Amino acid sequence: MEYIIIIISAIFVNNIVLAQFLGICPFVGVSNKLSTAIGMGGAVVFVMTLATIVTWLIQTYVLTPLSIQFLQTIAFILVIASLVQMVEIILKKVSPALYGALGVFLPLITTNCAVLGVAILTIQKDFNLMQGVVFAISNALGFTLALVIFAGIREHLDLMEVPSGMRGVPIALVTAGILALAFMGFTGIV
Amino acid sequence: MNKNLKNFTKGFIKENPVFVLLLGLCPTLGVTTSAINGLGMGLATTFVLVMSNLVVSLVKNFIPDKVRIPSFIVIIASFVTIVELLMQAYAPALFEQLGLFIPLIVVNCIVLGRAEAFASKNGIGAAVVDGLGMGLGFAFALTILGGVRELLGSGAIFNIKLIPGDLMLVFVLAPGAFIALGYLIALSNKLNKSK
Repeated sequence: MEYIIIIISAIFVNNIVLAQFLGICPFVGVSNKLSTAIGMGGAVVFVMTLATIVTWLIQTYVLTPLSIQFLQTIAFILVIASLVQMVEIILKKVSPALYGALGVFLPLITTNCAVLGVAILTIQKDFNLMQGVVFAISNALGFTLALVIFAGIREHLDLMEVPSGMRGVPIALVTAGILALAFMGFTGIV
Repeated sequence: MNKNLKNFTKGFIKENPVFVLLLGLCPTLGVTTSAINGLGMGLATTFVLVMSNLVVSLVKNFIPDKVRIPSFIVIIASFVTIVELLMQAYAPALFEQLGLFIPLIVVNCIVLGRAEAFASKNGIGAAVVDGLGMGLGFAFALTILGGVRELLGSGAIFNIKLIPGDLMLVFVLAPGAFIALGYLIALSNKLNKSK
């Protein structure tokens, strides 16, 4: 039951993009086409889950026992950056097909604040490892959901006649606002 | 001197990191529920930008090209940690409000972007001026967005009530952030184009 609450809350109620404003850069940047949105989503699911596991282990077995929690930011960002590099190298060797699909998105993920954000949130919420993993996967799915819906809307938006000043990012942001408004309808279900 | 002035002022309108370059949108949307939060976040980012630009410009000749980016990230993360500890000690209320977005300054694309694009190629003086200009431009954008949202949402600016009664609460909530920023970027496009 507790897991179901974590899942629904992370995907719908507190959607990471539309309610918590994490990962806006890729949300605006790579949401032009449905196919790239799905690729980016897949890469984020993969990296976010791995990053949360590794940072949780580091926090619990290194930072807390040594009482150096104040190094959290530095430690986490280094771990995430090297993790992304490692995933890239391993994927290239082991599964060229998957690398072909996700490869271009991997370097972008280091500066995706959603990954670091979820890693820190997992520590702040005092989750255990299992809850942390569920939390990370649900957040990544929430990110993918928002990205895919938004890409679908933007593909249609390209065909619309938009006033010149509003073309591109401004109209995309206003659309995202309306989408966020729709997601607010989920408030209160958990 | 003239060049320094240009480096300083470009961050406000012509190359405003938020309205024109569209960098650092996460904190921009996340913390601007009021003008004061926007200003606080902007100033914290300015500090990190100036200091990391300064240090990157100092050590740029000693860092091998291959490990450039990781080194920059460590420098930036150190200053973010300093800001985090300072705010926790001296501005606990603001620290509470900005929450998660303080450690997330480290992944703000503006900071790494300026380190890579400007500080690693220029002298110390120019790098500091660039950091200061970009940082204040960011603070300026955040304060405006925070002010607009606060005014439309609760009828106040900097907690001073200007319009009595409840207004459009949606502007203080998440959707209002997207909508207000969308229109502000459109306005800035219009202003930059007509010049």
